Amino acid sequence: MTKIRKPKVIVFSGYGLNCEEETKFAFERAGATADVVHVNDLVDGFVSLRSYEILAVPGGFSYGDDTGSGKAYANKLRNHLAASIDTFFEGDKLGIGICNGFQILTNAGLLPGALTYNDSARYTDRWVDLETVGKSPWLQGITRISVPIAHGEGKYIGSDALLNSLEKSQSVAFKYVKGEICETQALPANPNGALRDIAGVLGRHGKILGMMPHPERAMFPTQLPHWAYLREESLRTRKPLPKEGPGLQIFKNAVKYFA
Amino acid sequence: MPSRIEVRSILADARAASKKNYFEGLGFKGKVKEVHVVDAYVIDAPLNKKELQQAGKLLTNPLLEEFSVNKPLMPIWFAPVKDVKRSRATSHGTGWVIEIGPRPGVTDNVGTTAREVLEDGLKKKFETGEKVYFSQVFFVSGKLSKEEAETLAESIHNPLIQRAVIKDKKEFARDKGMGKLMPKVKLAPPPEPLSVNLELPDEELTRIGKAGVADPRGFRRGPLALDLDSMKAIQVYFRAKRRAPTDIELESLAQTWSEHCKHTIFACPVDEVKEGFYRRYIKAATNKIRKAKGKKDFCVSVFTDNSGAIEFDEEYLVTHKVETHNSPSALDPFGGAITGIVGVNRDTMGFGLGAKPTINTYGFCFADPRDKSEFYRDQARMQKLLPARRIMEGVIAGVNAGGNCSGIPTPQGFVWFDPRFRGKPLVFVGTVGIIPRKSPAGSRGPARKLYEKKANPGDLIVMAGNRVGQDGIHGATFSSVALDAGSPATAVQIGDPITQKKLSDVLVKEARDMELYSSITDNGAGGISCSVAEMAKEAGGCEVELDKVPLKYPGLEPWQIWISESQERMTLAVPPKKWKAFSELLARRGVEATVIGTFTDSGRCVVRYGGEKIMDMEMEFLHEGWVRKELHSRSRAVQFGEPMQTKAKDLSAALLALLARPNLASFEFISKQYDHEVQAGSVTKPLAGKGRVNVEATVTRPRLDSPQGVVLSQGLYPTYSEINAYNMAASAIDTAIRAAVVAGADPERIALLDNFCWCSSYDPERLAQLKEALRACYDTAVAFEAPFISGKDSMFNDFKGFDAKGNSVAISIPPTLLISAIGIAKEATNVPSIDFKFAGDLVYVLGETHEELGGSEYAMWQSEAHKKVLWGNKVPKVNAATNKKLYAAFANAAEQGLIASAISVGRGGLGIAIMKSAMAGNLGAELDLAIIPGEVRSEYAALFSESQGRILVSVNPKQQKEFEHTLKGNAFACLGKVVEKEIRLRSGNKKISPIKVTTALKAYRSTFVGY
Repeated sequence: MTKIRKPKVIVFSGYGLNCEEETKFAFERAGATADVVHVNDLVDGFVSLRSYEILAVPGGFSYGDDTGSGKAYANKLRNHLAASIDTFFEGDKLGIGICNGFQILTNAGLLPGALTYNDSARYTDRWVDLETVGKSPWLQGITRISVPIAHGEGKYIGSDALLNSLEKSQSVAFKYVKGEICETQALPANPNGALRDIAGVLGRHGKILGMMPHPERAMFPTQLPHWAYLREESLRTRKPLPKEGPGLQIFKNAVKYFA
Repeated sequence: MPSRIEVRSILADARAASKKNYFEGLGFKGKVKEVHVVDAYVIDAPLNKKELQQAGKLLTNPLLEEFSVNKPLMPIWFAPVKDVKRSRATSHGTGWVIEIGPRPGVTDNVGTTAREVLEDGLKKKFETGEKVYFSQVFFVSGKLSKEEAETLAESIHNPLIQRAVIKDKKEFARDKGMGKLMPKVKLAPPPEPLSVNLELPDEELTRIGKAGVADPRGFRRGPLALDLDSMKAIQVYFRAKRRAPTDIELESLAQTWSEHCKHTIFACPVDEVKEGFYRRYIKAATNKIRKAKGKKDFCVSVFTDNSGAIEFDEEYLVTHKVETHNSPSALDPFGGAITGIVGVNRDTMGFGLGAKPTINTYGFCFADPRDKSEFYRDQARMQKLLPARRIMEGVIAGVNAGGNCSGIPTPQGFVWFDPRFRGKPLVFVGTVGIIPRKSPAGSRGPARKLYEKKANPGDLIVMAGNRVGQDGIHGATFSSVALDAGSPATAVQIGDPITQKKLSDVLVKEARDMELYSSITDNGAGGISCSVAEMAKEAGGCEVELDKVPLKYPGLEPWQIWISESQERMTLAVPPKKWKAFSELLARRGVEATVIGTFTDSGRCVVRYGGEKIMDMEMEFLHEGWVRKELHSRSRAVQFGEPMQTKAKDLSAALLALLARPNLASFEFISKQYDHEVQAGSVTKPLAGKGRVNVEATVTRPRLDSPQGVVLSQGLYPTYSEINAYNMAASAIDTAIRAAVVAGADPERIALLDNFCWCSSYDPERLAQLKEALRACYDTAVAFEAPFISGKDSMFNDFKGFDAKGNSVAISIPPTLLISAIGIAKEATNVPSIDFKFAGDLVYVLGETHEELGGSEYAMWQSEAHKKVLWGNKVPKVNAATNKKLYAAFANAAEQGLIASAISVGRGGLGIAIMKSAMAGNLGAELDLAIIPGEVRSEYAALFSESQGRILVSVNPKQQKEFEHTLKGNAFACLGKVVEKEIRLRSGNKKISPIKVTTALKAYRSTFVGY
């Protein structure tokens, strides 16, 4: 039997991050091994980034979004872990920031641009459709994908110059588009007013992915908002049901990169 | 010298735009031209210039914001004229600036985070008392009078917990900004603990019980809610001890004996029910069901712990608990609701050795937000009740902040509107937890049961989490009485969900499985006075040193420390040899933990302060010394007017009118602002199908590696109570069970929770209604074999105050029983949903329809339209045995995959259920009402009767035979089929004008536009 190499993932936790368990689950389901590590255990030197291949900052409400989402946690990373994170990404490693994790990585300067209040000025949980526009190991084989968002500060912004250069360098990962879910549920494509419909961006030549939507909340088919409809449709048309949720591919891509 | 850093957006600011919208909604459309928001941090710590610049950077994202140090930021139209070109400065006319910040002692989460950010970023430890204070500044332009500016300020703050400073342009320029207000708590050194003489005449004892202990400084310390009998029992106890009680002893007894903590009305003998309602009707039902189920009993822990627990699978248990937070939410809707939700999360963390909070539920009873009536708590009309809309919006926002910040999905909930909730809203909040049955066996010894706990003599009493302040003094006693002018503002608390999240994570995800403590409970009502005394029962006594309790600010009196309900705290029993590991772990997770005493086996509860013994009572008296009153009920027959009939030609309009009523309309604006997908277990979401229709039950998988789901639903019928309280309660139970079964729950594994919210409960007629409701609880639960596993009551939801003219008014809620059901779905992949799927599918109604319109939404609509009490008299009657059989057959059909869609027929009746399935599927239906089973005759009753035990189902025509075979022996009928676009109803030959699905959706979504 050939042994498949399982990349090791570090999933950050602490101070109000709250999606660490399902993010770990998604990576493991995709074939990795993952540890949830409290940021203080990195700061205190109990754990080192060196033993990992993939760094994940999951979603949550770090510091309750006080002083601005992601800011306080990013300060913590910058104050204590800037050098080791830099060293980490100098190697052939991958990183992902989801939702609050994306907000943290932009505040920490690891991803370009910034995230601000939704145009509605209200926290919103709904599903969106994304179209892949960037180039990255994280995005292999994904053209369109439906996943949920849940955030109050998810409007992506940047100067025209920045956005132009991101688009030119294929560093915009995903854009919100009107797809299957928006059509079904009669929802607008862009849920928060993000400039140029940007839902996710890339940094460090595609090695770091930041995205507002939650792929780990779309790893099971039962998480789909129209799952019951698909099931009934499949009974009548014999159209095969998806075996997994669309979001899992993102985690699988990261695992494949190290295979 | 304090400094002030101001931060503002450099982009179009969505928060400012949203505030402008909000002001426009208050009637300032066209008047308020522009709104500008500035965040302000007043730093009360010596920082030098360089550090202040650095601090500004730490608080700013340069792509989004800019900051200033000690120099006010203002919009260009607020700048002094000399600073800007005249034309631009005057373009918006005049304006005002309003600064909103917390009052002294009120939790300031942003300020606390800012301090942590600065300490970490500047590598500088703030000294005790050095703090950061956060406030928000709103610049509002437009030609507004001072009174109008005050109205705006009033609309964005709650004077109980916040202060507002208003300045015009001139004052702002003169003062060079808003100043550096710091809401520091300044308390005089606490007085010595008092001895309270109880050898007094009855009137004086009554007064102490009602208004509180007389403070030597000339005021009363606030309600003890102890009546004369209780005061006399205390008098007798201390007379035998030959001493007077201390103030802390009296306060402690008041907390422990409160209705809130002891549920006295459920425990006292009433009429022939000598053992009390709880034992006779609730506990007895559960005992009987468990016995009858034998090996199939799925209850594991009922009534004894902070939550109830049932089996999830062989390895795990799920817990559930539903709480109310009504009185605090009436005073401060946001604070009351957020502390409600994070409080009930602690009932999960405090179950066994700590369950993980996994799903939140909510339920709100409000007055219609369009209700403009004004009420006051005092005759002088100084203390105004918040407007109905403010209460609703504040409560919704509070659960949003609490649930979302804690990373717990909040899929399931309801809103219910009735003018009788204008005096006090009802705020139900619930939490489901998950916990392994056993800790893993390993190096620490054999596996231990995680759903049991015991504090041992010698264990350290440890308080973990937040610190203690004056917030939430007298919460337990205050919620046990009616709301009036004497209600203390300190009864309000603001939640700090992140502090609690850190606490929850370190306990439930780390310390529990490291076996670092032997017992745990939460600090809710009564604070440590209740939690420590409760755990002391496990060990046999306790000795507490109050000086060790960490305080938010100095100056608290010992009795205040003992009973304060400051949030986000758990009390634990830590064996001395585990303390080092425990305290080190919590420190590394940024959570404070302090030893405040020791559990003993002395049989006494002893408290010391400053070396003195200030409390020393037998545990027996503290817990069991309270006075059992003999209560009597008296029932009264009532008769109400009957609702008018609606002719067939007007039924379509009636359907649309009902659909737009707040009780039936879409509340998507709430569902989508509550994260219902975190933790990744979401299956049936709060909004169903293409039409995004609110559902009555949701399914969530608490274990990602298990196919099973937890089904949650709720049932209540407060409008039935005055007509027939027995049928009200039976209907609530049937509705909750039915909704759960329809959503996929196994009917053999459904448990119930009861939350009684009553009014004037000592009134014999209210007691009679309570007794009727409880009888129904017993009968119905036993018939369904659905055990009660947890419950809570709130018995005095009455408001006594004054109207806008100063006339006294009393508003009592309708007696309300919320039944929450928790069930297990075997295969989450296979659960039904409410939306019609395909045109051509057959539509069935299961169960019988009778002319039961009493208290229905239809009757309420008629009553409002005719301005008369046309509530009707025939409330739906539940036939539990018939329904149980039907639900089992339905579940069987669902398991076989024979159900294309299913919706429980509930509030609003069959007509509304048809519309909801149609809207959700974006499909129509063609149905004949004449063939509905049951005694119903008229078309309007067929559509609007709320008869229980009914389900509306659509079925693939290819499966018709199998479906009908499975349902054999139950009442059901095929009414017609699913079609495209239109809902076409008829009764035999009599046609009802068709309704387009798009028209229905428009009515359904119209009510809460702009919320």
